[in-house]
Amino acid sequence: MSMKGQVALVTGASRGIGKAIAQALVAEGATVIGTATTANGAEAISTYLAENGKGMVLNVAESESINSVIEAITAEYGQLDILVNNAGITRDNLLMRMKEDEWDDVLNTNLKSVFRLSKAVMRGMMKRRNGRIINISSVVGTTGNPGQANYCAAKAGLVGFTKSLAKEIAARGITVNCVAPGFIDTDMTQSLTEEQKQAIFTNIPAARLGQPEEIAAAVVFLASAGAAYITGETIHVNGGMAMV
Amino acid sequence: MSTIEERVKKIIVEQLGVKEEEVKPEASFENDLGADSLDTVELVMALEEEFETEIPDEEAEKIKTVQAAIDYVTNHADD
Repeated sequence: MSMKGQVALVTGASRGIGKAIAQALVAEGATVIGTATTANGAEAISTYLAENGKGMVLNVAESESINSVIEAITAEYGQLDILVNNAGITRDNLLMRMKEDEWDDVLNTNLKSVFRLSKAVMRGMMKRRNGRIINISSVVGTTGNPGQANYCAAKAGLVGFTKSLAKEIAARGITVNCVAPGFIDTDMTQSLTEEQKQAIFTNIPAARLGQPEEIAAAVVFLASAGAAYITGETIHVNGGMAMV
Repeated sequence: MSTIEERVKKIIVEQLGVKEEEVKPEASFENDLGADSLDTVELVMALEEEFETEIPDEEAEKIKTVQAAIDYVTNHADD
């Protein structure tokens, strides 16, 4: 229970990797606020977090929504120690067919949101000389993936963002890191076609999908006191699929 | 009750870890008082809290000396 008294915000926490992260942080003793885009999603989060936190509605693509959620958290819990930028979407298409909307939606939700959220939480973290920002990137941000030029651009963008912010605020006791999942057993990968899955499996030495809990374990480590000297780093959790 | 000037100087001393006698009106945060760009951002944050005001980014960028900070707060004290 090393995170007792700490408050964490996990975006996109209603299911999949986000839910596993929220539960793992709770298991360490943290209070967790999990966000979802719908009221139903937020309610589901409140249910599984029970007395260890609550769900809130947040559209990470909207600045105002972000500011009101951060204000509400600060008012109710007084501080925010850990930010996990997990919320993400896919709008897959071959570039030849990709609409500008598909590009913008993915960049806005997966990359610009991290700029917005990080900025919103930084004042408090700087004042307390302590904080953890953990961005969920992806193996495809490093390897590329046909049909995902928008998603890969956003996920690679997170890595550059992470390194820059890490350098800016390291002296203030705040670390900024990425966890880059490989192919994990979630709704997002279940929407892949059988052909895509087969192609992916041949490239995973571990010969299986990863579990959301295996991503959460890396996030918990980066959020822990023991990881205070790790910043600007990306931890790849991908069963050997890509060794960087 | 301290004057605005005294309160501003006190914040500068605390934020930048400098001696009170170094905080002369013409002193530049970055050139004379050893602040880096993030220190000046934090200094502006501290001024905002002390004087319960919000300093817009374009104004904050102009606050580079002790006198500029005192002037800004003085001019916006009754807003």
